Amino acid sequence: MSQILPNEKSLKNFSINFGPQHPAAHGVLRMVLELDGEIVDRCEPHIGLLHRGTEKLMETKTYVQNLPYFDRLDYVAPMNQEHAWCLAIEKLSSTEIPRRASLIRVLFCEIGRILNHLMNVTTQAMDVGAWTAPLWGFEEREKLMIFYERACGARLHAAYFRPGGVHKDLPLDLLDDIEKWVLEFPKVLDDINQLLTDNRIFKQRNIDIGIVSEEEAFDLGFSGVMVRGSGLAWDLRRSQPYEIYNELDFRIPVGKNGDCYDRYLCRMLEMRESVSIIRQVLSKIRTCGDKSVCNSDLGPPNRKDMKVSMESLINHFKKYTEGFKVPKGDIYAAVEAPKGEFGVYLVSNGENKPYRVKLRAPGFPHLAAMDKICKGHQLADVAAILGSLDIVFGEIDR
Amino acid sequence: MGISSETLILLATFSLKALFVIIPLFLSMAFLLYFDRKIWAAVQLRRGPNVVGAFGLLQSFADFFKLVLKEIVIPAGSDRIIFILAPLITFVLGVVAWAVIPFDYGWVLSDINVGILYIFAISSLEVYGVIMGGWASNSKYAFLGALRSAAQMISYEVSIGLIIIGVLLSTGSLNLTSIVEAQKGDFGIFHWYFLPHFPMFILFLVSALAETNRPPFDLPEAEPELVAGFQVEYSSTPFLLFMIGELMAVVLMCALGALLFLGGWLSPIPWIPDGFLWMVFKMLLIFFLFSMTKAVVPRYRYDQLMRIGWKVFLPASLFWVVLVATFIQIGIPGYSRWEVLL
Repeated sequence: MSQILPNEKSLKNFSINFGPQHPAAHGVLRMVLELDGEIVDRCEPHIGLLHRGTEKLMETKTYVQNLPYFDRLDYVAPMNQEHAWCLAIEKLSSTEIPRRASLIRVLFCEIGRILNHLMNVTTQAMDVGAWTAPLWGFEEREKLMIFYERACGARLHAAYFRPGGVHKDLPLDLLDDIEKWVLEFPKVLDDINQLLTDNRIFKQRNIDIGIVSEEEAFDLGFSGVMVRGSGLAWDLRRSQPYEIYNELDFRIPVGKNGDCYDRYLCRMLEMRESVSIIRQVLSKIRTCGDKSVCNSDLGPPNRKDMKVSMESLINHFKKYTEGFKVPKGDIYAAVEAPKGEFGVYLVSNGENKPYRVKLRAPGFPHLAAMDKICKGHQLADVAAILGSLDIVFGEIDR
Repeated sequence: MGISSETLILLATFSLKALFVIIPLFLSMAFLLYFDRKIWAAVQLRRGPNVVGAFGLLQSFADFFKLVLKEIVIPAGSDRIIFILAPLITFVLGVVAWAVIPFDYGWVLSDINVGILYIFAISSLEVYGVIMGGWASNSKYAFLGALRSAAQMISYEVSIGLIIIGVLLSTGSLNLTSIVEAQKGDFGIFHWYFLPHFPMFILFLVSALAETNRPPFDLPEAEPELVAGFQVEYSSTPFLLFMIGELMAVVLMCALGALLFLGGWLSPIPWIPDGFLWMVFKMLLIFFLFSMTKAVVPRYRYDQLMRIGWKVFLPASLFWVVLVATFIQIGIPGYSRWEVLL
């Protein structure tokens, strides 16, 4: 009986605004938390503070002009997003891309995966109060950003993957430098490992926190590490291989309990797998006889031809003004982005601009499950869970 | 004339003496902060402060002036008087505690016979600064931070008190100078209390971290959860007072650690003279430990912190008190040093 006696007062829950200006909000998340003491009763994420209307904007631009929007979705690993867009266009127009381009794409996708996981693993540590790991991680991220820059001229917003291949071939010595880095990087991983993995406090803060069962992961539309952490070996690189992933030898780390700690371990191991993929790809690029990096149906014509052939010059002009046309139809293309399944649903009416584009951001369903995962946890765990969900608002708010 | 000239002279000498402690203390505080930041930076592969002055040595002074010159923002809906009072309390208590800390034999403002008790009385009061600040801010984050902080400081106060009882039992005095003198012997370092009371030395260091809200126990200021805890609404000078007050409390714990367990100003090697520098060195050593801890560890969750305080530290230190009492009774060497007093 919850009858209130005259001198008693009913207790009100304490509700606080977690964000949008909150150090652990990973950008511009606003959450309304209802707290019963320190226990979270309800957790309501409010999104949209970074909404730019990307999907609508894309309807007014040509296919190539739309590409840079993808860098701005998940800006932690930009090239992985571009990849999905390129795959969608190539699938719909049934274009084959040169093998060399395919190899370069895989190389940079895996670099993107490391970029993302380094950021996530270390900020997850920061969310539970360890300040040192992020700075160690950023040191390596910086090196990777420089690889980005050397390949395409931009550190973050690369616009390097193009429909039909990649923008340009890699500079001569970049492969050597990546190889050198690949040899050094596992040591940094060991350092971070030493700092966090067996740290009692880190374990206490993450084990059995934010448990997602296999079934829930299905029901809530999770993908990526959020599924693998719960014990399901679901990876698009393996289950529906694109590019040259079926030629590569890699393992899929899988968690057991589906808690924050397992997700952390999955990401740590995935980075090691990415390193091994990068090594394999490097040796494949070296032995690849193919010199072209872009299919000229979608990409620009050969530069040399443009100097002597008027048709090539006109072709170039048309590609960069009007753009190419994509056959009528609709297509869904997805890649295993570091955060999960990043998909593009593209409807084309045969014009040079997409009729409608829908982006499937992996972070969206993850964030939507915040209430379900957080309920009954403590306030401090909200930050830990948020860290392990791997949220970036560029892609969630789009 | 109400006041006799004798009283005036006494007052003047005391003020002068107090200044002799406070001014070097403040100056060293500035460099300790710099030291702390440099260590933190080194662990994180950064350079740390390196712009103001040679090697950035004057960074703390630059920060000081920046904060002092800023406008004091008092949030609407806050309790103005308590809001201003809270940092003052933290600051004043932080300074006052130093009155009984001896830096060398006889180098102490007031050599009272209940020194330890006095320090605990003062540091127990420090929780008021925090809880008043959190309450008066009229902000939910600050309030939650203050509540956490109050619970935490009180819990660890209890265990730190019991931890020290072992040392007090061995010495038979609450006077800090006699506690240090009791650690004197022919074999230098081997006479210090950290050897016979080793488990308590470790517990003391950990509880000192918790007591002063340093990582991994910095829950009141837990950035990812509470932004800055009870200090969210504070800016400029009041913030500075909070910061200095807290740093003072940390350094006080370093001094206590050095006095109680590391033989204060006693030299570790018998043929090297004792002195003030040893005391400074030992305090720096403990401070370095604190800084490294801050750089390396994640933060505990609130309930985990309470569990450690009440379910591990308290029983362990209680057990140790009984154990030490038994050791003294049956006369195990090293534990009973009452003869020093006689």
